[in-house]
Amino acid sequence: MEEVLEILRELHPEVDYETCETLIDDKIIDSFDIVTLISDLSDEFDITIPVEEIKPENFNSAKALYAMIERLLEDE
Amino acid sequence: MLFTSYEFLLFLIVVITAYYSVRKKHQWILLLAASYIFYAIAGPTYLFYIIATTLSTYIASYKINALQEKQSIYIKENKGSLSREERKEYKAIMKKKQRTWLVRCLLFNFGILAVLKYTDFAIANVNSLFSLFGRNKELPFLRFALPLGISFYTFQTMGYIIDVYREKYSYERNVFRLALFISFFPQLIQGPISRFDDLKKTLFEEHSFDAREISFGLQRILWGYFKKLVIADRLLVAVNTIIGSPKEYQGVYVLIGMLFYAIELYCDFTGGIDIVIGIAQVLGIQLEENFIRPYFSKSITEYWRRWHITLGTWFKDYMFYPISVSKPMLDLSKKCRKWFGNGIGKRIPVYIASIIVWFTTGIWHGAAWNFIVWGLLNCLVILISQECSPLYLKFHERFDVADKGWYRLFQIGRTFWLMSFLRTFDCYRDVGTTFRMYATIVTKPNYLELFRGGLMHLGLTPADYIVLILSVTLILIVSLLQRSGSVREKLAARPIWLRYTAYFAIFLAVLLLGAYGVGYDASQFIYSQF
Repeated sequence: MEEVLEILRELHPEVDYETCETLIDDKIIDSFDIVTLISDLSDEFDITIPVEEIKPENFNSAKALYAMIERLLEDE
Repeated sequence: MLFTSYEFLLFLIVVITAYYSVRKKHQWILLLAASYIFYAIAGPTYLFYIIATTLSTYIASYKINALQEKQSIYIKENKGSLSREERKEYKAIMKKKQRTWLVRCLLFNFGILAVLKYTDFAIANVNSLFSLFGRNKELPFLRFALPLGISFYTFQTMGYIIDVYREKYSYERNVFRLALFISFFPQLIQGPISRFDDLKKTLFEEHSFDAREISFGLQRILWGYFKKLVIADRLLVAVNTIIGSPKEYQGVYVLIGMLFYAIELYCDFTGGIDIVIGIAQVLGIQLEENFIRPYFSKSITEYWRRWHITLGTWFKDYMFYPISVSKPMLDLSKKCRKWFGNGIGKRIPVYIASIIVWFTTGIWHGAAWNFIVWGLLNCLVILISQECSPLYLKFHERFDVADKGWYRLFQIGRTFWLMSFLRTFDCYRDVGTTFRMYATIVTKPNYLELFRGGLMHLGLTPADYIVLILSVTLILIVSLLQRSGSVREKLAARPIWLRYTAYFAIFLAVLLLGAYGVGYDASQFIYSQF
């Protein structure tokens, strides 16, 4: 989880990712950020994040992102 | 059969009456029949194309689904005996087979669109190349008739097959229901571009006669006709006068043309969508909104989130993300990070995907270079504003103006004029003329002509201008009211005499002030030609 938070903080240091659950809904991260996130997370966890996983419920919070990564790691 | 024709109104009355008279379980079948009749009236040969798209998509979705089911059964049955590696390998093989069907379907359907829409554009470019190299040979144009709404229904259908491939939802087993999703007559011409999982919730449902929904739907249709007939078609005359004689109308007239075209396009497209969503609502079917007051946007990226929303999200979900997070693109990004540093490396996928998306957005609007330049310039402005965002942040930290009313108005005005400048590429016949007309804004300072009756030479009378000023003010007031909720809901809470006076006033306005008669042509909707 700490790795996810670190990657997110690099994008927007001013956001409190531990509590924020509306990253997409409140347009805190945009499509540019999402592409950067996918690239960084794929490197960090050595996973492939398929395009169908790009949906608000997976990117709205650090917790949701981590849950998606765990699921993808399990599936692989 | 134009939405603005009496034939269409008659058709609509017959369909709505029949819809609420037949058995509820047959309502969707009636809509399918009505949609095909509507399409056959538009052009019987067009039916061939829409049926080809429906059948090819049905076959591909059936095959993809069969492969998905086979995979899931195989993995379930061999859960204990398969190693992780074997399971992964099997999944990869099955995904490849599914991808083959998806690619076949995409190539076939985008192929139809490409051949019909872009062949003559390609021929024109080849001919230009021939003449550039001094060859005196010209290929003849093929002049295919473009089926009504093909750009819209092809995109909607390809979105569906990609979603089935991505297992977002299961395929539609009934080919006739799929046919209705593709051909639903109100949205066939100019969208909104729906998603199957959203639309099926209400499209195939049984609907009872609901007076409130029907009344709201009719009000929305009326509002759409008001925007289209009273404003858009009236302004069309002045816009055509200005862009039709670029030698005569320069300088300040180019700016007037931009302003008039911005209002015309808004009223034409949102008016058309109001009619579409209103008809669907009368039938008890909910379509997604395509606009959220786009001219109130404070930046160009915000504008594109609020204008033609369903096309924007289509490009984002089915083109921007698949390209920018594809393996080759992420590999390229990694290499660029090594060579040029983190900053550039991270930008590469986003930049390449953005350029491809905006090039396609441009050419989707029309097979001509001016649309391509328009798309790429939009991309350029968005990327520049993205790059400048740290500067904006610093500016806002230093100057506390972000919440000030005057500053918001400045941002809205800036976005409006920026978009109006870019949109000029829609108007003039080629890119060169557009740039020449831009230049005349500075080189031909004829601004005083406005005070010498210049506006009276654009084909509109003083009475027309009074109608336009009052109507646009009404639209502005309604847009401001919409920010705090549905205006129809608000109106419904008012006394009955006030409500009916409002409905009747708009109805009379459409009837008496609509741009009909000599000199006017109740024209096609601009987006129906895309």
